[in-house]
Amino acid sequence: MATAAITAERENYLNQEYGIKSWLLTVDHKRIALLYLLSITFFFFIGGFFALLIRLELLTPAGDLVQADTYNKLFSMHGMVMVFFFLIPSIPAVLGNFLVPLMIGAKDLAFPRINLLSWYLYIIAGILMLHSMLTGGVDTGWTFYTPFSTAFSNTKVIEAGLAIFISGFSSILTGLNFVVTIHRMRAPGMTWDRLPLFIWAHYATSIIQLLGTPVIAVTLVLVVLERALHLGIFDPTRGGDPLLFQHLFWFYSHPAVYIMILPSMGVVTEIIPCFCRKRIFGYKFVALSSISIAVFGFLVWAHHMFVAGISLYAALIFSALSYLVAVPSAIKVFNWTATMYKGSITFSTPMLYAFGFVGLFTMGGLTGLFLAALGIDVHVTDTYFVVAHFHYIMVGGALMGYLGGMHFWWPKISGRMYPESLGRLAALIVFLGFNLTFFPQFILGYLGMPRRYWQYPPEFQVLNVLSTAGATVLAVGYLLPMVYFLWSMRYGKVAPDNPWGASGLEWMTTSPPPTFNFDKPPVVTWEAYDYEHIPAPQEARSGG
Amino acid sequence: MADSPIAVEHHNPALKHHFADMEQQRQASSLGMWLFLATEIMFFGGMFCAYLIYRLWYFPDFAAASNSLDITLGTVNTAVLICSSLTVVMAVRAAQLGKRQQQVIYLALTLVLGLAFLGVKAVEWTSKFKEHHIPGPTFNFEGSIPSHPDQPVDQHHAQIFFSLYFAMTGMHALHMIIGVGIFSYLLYYAWKGKYTPEYHTPLENSGLYWHFVDIVWIYLFPLLYLIDRKK
Repeated sequence: MATAAITAERENYLNQEYGIKSWLLTVDHKRIALLYLLSITFFFFIGGFFALLIRLELLTPAGDLVQADTYNKLFSMHGMVMVFFFLIPSIPAVLGNFLVPLMIGAKDLAFPRINLLSWYLYIIAGILMLHSMLTGGVDTGWTFYTPFSTAFSNTKVIEAGLAIFISGFSSILTGLNFVVTIHRMRAPGMTWDRLPLFIWAHYATSIIQLLGTPVIAVTLVLVVLERALHLGIFDPTRGGDPLLFQHLFWFYSHPAVYIMILPSMGVVTEIIPCFCRKRIFGYKFVALSSISIAVFGFLVWAHHMFVAGISLYAALIFSALSYLVAVPSAIKVFNWTATMYKGSITFSTPMLYAFGFVGLFTMGGLTGLFLAALGIDVHVTDTYFVVAHFHYIMVGGALMGYLGGMHFWWPKISGRMYPESLGRLAALIVFLGFNLTFFPQFILGYLGMPRRYWQYPPEFQVLNVLSTAGATVLAVGYLLPMVYFLWSMRYGKVAPDNPWGASGLEWMTTSPPPTFNFDKPPVVTWEAYDYEHIPAPQEARSGG
Repeated sequence: MADSPIAVEHHNPALKHHFADMEQQRQASSLGMWLFLATEIMFFGGMFCAYLIYRLWYFPDFAAASNSLDITLGTVNTAVLICSSLTVVMAVRAAQLGKRQQQVIYLALTLVLGLAFLGVKAVEWTSKFKEHHIPGPTFNFEGSIPSHPDQPVDQHHAQIFFSLYFAMTGMHALHMIIGVGIFSYLLYYAWKGKYTPEYHTPLENSGLYWHFVDIVWIYLFPLLYLIDRKK
């Protein structure tokens, strides 16, 4: 067994080469994951900055901080940046990129150069997006609804549309790489029913990326062509149909929610068995529920359009199908809970995030059922109820999972431990801040406060002040991990190969792993989550 | 079992470090290409979906607009593309048999046919410009419904047809241009003798791409040119 001191000095993917070129031209999936980590963190703070300005404007009922036009741009760019430049790439491109080859015992993804290309496409898209924001911004909302986006808005719609089009390519290439890698690169003995459920979740995500993203790509191309070359496909004055735009847009953008949440579910499914010291309850059900979420996800898009003028019968069918998504989602929640039952639970940082995820995702999911019900949806459409609902899924769900995963695998990524007690504190702050920010918005929406307005009647002020206060707390919760992760890279305790006593091939190589992941190609002879046979590490579990 | 992960046996220079053998590498590339083509189907699918809806709504106007397209040029182009798919297959076959010269000839033929297609397309588009069939403020379509010659065509609906016509054939032509780029690259390396019976995956996968673009046209041709043709 290697001692900690030797582990720190041995050759790994971080110290094998130095210099900017060794990073910008790398084809190592682990280094590309870090490139993504830096870039999505950058965009997270830009999106967060817009969010903060939105919340500050809404502190008072009058429109005093910014004018209506600026406010429109703020929420549009907040949405575009957060959805396309943070949430969609977050877990797949960072944790997925780093872990998919490690977890299945491969040396790299199937197409390392395409992997690097996808990062460059992301950067090109990001620069274009930044440029459009700095030279005037966009005010269409992240949804680009026509005919406003094609005929009326006089902001940078074309540029923002092209930026998202290009970032879509980056997302497609990541998904394509994962599917091929999972099919063709598994180590001997790593059969489909021994795969970690993180891999199953990423497989399902990749399918959505592959089949959904091209549709929004062509939709945005048509919007750009309509603006630039006066095509009339979505123009009602020439017999074109704006509703067609909404159908095409949501055909991708509803499944896109599952691109954000499924990887997060995968992360949580890794964390919970590890900190409960138990095999996952119902492996096959958890695996197949990921796939069925991906499949059902493609059949429910029109529930975003109940008040847009679609036929009642279509609405009824889409409503019923939307309820169906609750089934595999609930299977997951029940199975996580059953895994915890009688488990020997440690309340470490990743586990706290996992708890947060399960609770918040459940609330987000249940309010999703409210919205799938036609009667309630008509009442709360375009109110803060919807805003609160999807933030519970995207921030309470996807982001909590991302942070949990970052803590869980940080020792593997960096070779250092983060400060455990600070980690727990940050997790607590994030959870409290999140609920304080978004729970009042459920009430606001139910009382009828519409979304996307820069001013509101004074009776809504108390709840809005609470929400803004919560956003401030949340910001602190996000800054803390940033700071101590950076701190730990230099001053953190050197991490052992397997600090959590976790199952999974990624823990059987060194921390950080060597460039080709394993000194010897692994052969798998055991089931996933075989926690009955893995001793729990005493030192790490007591906290640091 | 030997400790060393490096195989001592025959090692093909085209084998990337992270694959165990050529077979695994070939299968991975092939699956990757098929998945990429699936994304392409979804991409074109969005436009086909729009086409389907408007064709059902505005059938008579679509028929009139479709009848104004040059069916001779369209047919010639269809034939050109089908022939080019054949030459691609022949080039792949030549690579499998290790016949370099034939490979080069068939790839060059493919390029010529691809460029011919684009040339004909350019001629067609130019005539649309001259006839003011380009969507936008200057759009003007004179004509009547084929089945009811006394009924004039709705200008707006004809414009939707041409919007779709240009979006779909434009996207198709863009794919053709990319294909021509890829095949120029292949031609150069085939000339250099890079593709052997053991390793010609780039040729095979680019061939799949070319066939896909060809098949898209096979659908575009009847959908755009052959609506309610009487002659």
